[in-house]
Amino acid sequence: MSDIQIVNAPAGVEGSGFFATSLDKAIGLARANSLWPLPFATSCCGIEFMATMGSHYDLSRFGAERLSFSPRQADLLMVMGTISKKMGPVLRQVYLQMAEPRWVMAVGACASSGGIFDTYSVLQGIDEVIPVDVYVPGCPPRPEAIIDGFMAIQQLVKTETLRRREEPKYQELLAKYGIQ
Amino acid sequence: MGKIANEVLLQKLTDKFGEQVAQTGADFGLLTVETNKEVITDVLTFLKTDAALQFIYLTDLTAIHYPEQEKQIGVIYHLHSLTTNTRIRIKVFLTLEDLHIPTASTIWDGANWMERETYDFFGVIFDGHPDLRRILNVDDMTVFPMRKEFPLEDPNRIDKKDYFFGR
Repeated sequence: MSDIQIVNAPAGVEGSGFFATSLDKAIGLARANSLWPLPFATSCCGIEFMATMGSHYDLSRFGAERLSFSPRQADLLMVMGTISKKMGPVLRQVYLQMAEPRWVMAVGACASSGGIFDTYSVLQGIDEVIPVDVYVPGCPPRPEAIIDGFMAIQQLVKTETLRRREEPKYQELLAKYGIQ
Repeated sequence: MGKIANEVLLQKLTDKFGEQVAQTGADFGLLTVETNKEVITDVLTFLKTDAALQFIYLTDLTAIHYPEQEKQIGVIYHLHSLTTNTRIRIKVFLTLEDLHIPTASTIWDGANWMERETYDFFGVIFDGHPDLRRILNVDDMTVFPMRKEFPLEDPNRIDKKDYFFGR
């Protein structure tokens, strides 16, 4: 008997030989359980991420086994660590190179708000340059907190409608950051 | 060769440059002299090339800002004589209106990046420097962040605003 658990099917109509659900839910399910994270690790939060990826916490249990070090194939940008103002344009470039749909997670106090580095050289939160979906607090956050943030991303991915990225509200959000 | 005594070192400098070089202190036994930008190149060259002194190593080159002084910006050189294990600190003070000083990169190649950093943070202009542009901060920065009039905390920071804490 295998102890591999598979995700529950979304709500739908089931009968003999068929199962019907909405395309949104089916695609959301597939996306949420096969996210490819791009780790943008600049400091100590990145060390916690290494523990998160390691065998003890094992982020691959959540379908994020495959890290994408190319932004072209990544679904989730995980920004972990202090982002200096000089790094800001680099981070923005990485975000622009990601294909839609894309999600962003700010891990730790520095990525979320600048943290203790309230100074001229440090970006006061990455949401100054790119939109952020989930913030994970902590300095640095424990792997459990990163997993919790990742599960929040999964929830967003699961419940996102297929048309969300074409909505004027989303375009407005991007325009606020000067994208497109 | 043993360590050169501060008195001997100061005597050599005053013999050569007279009143243009004056001692301002010797904290922790480190001789500190002040000079001016007209002779700074000569002073540095003399210290480096003199057979008995041989201050061949430029430990550091930086600046300091004293807003209460008439000459607000001080450029500071730390030299080290590796043959005698003697150190010296040289200061040159400049007014905010005229922040020009001759470059030391003609004497030590290592001064190149140190001067770029000093320009980056204090706005000191090193005349004759081969490539004087910002080195650490973003290129489009318009201020010199280590000057005292520049606020320590980033004005874009919102999560420390008083109204979040009921103040």
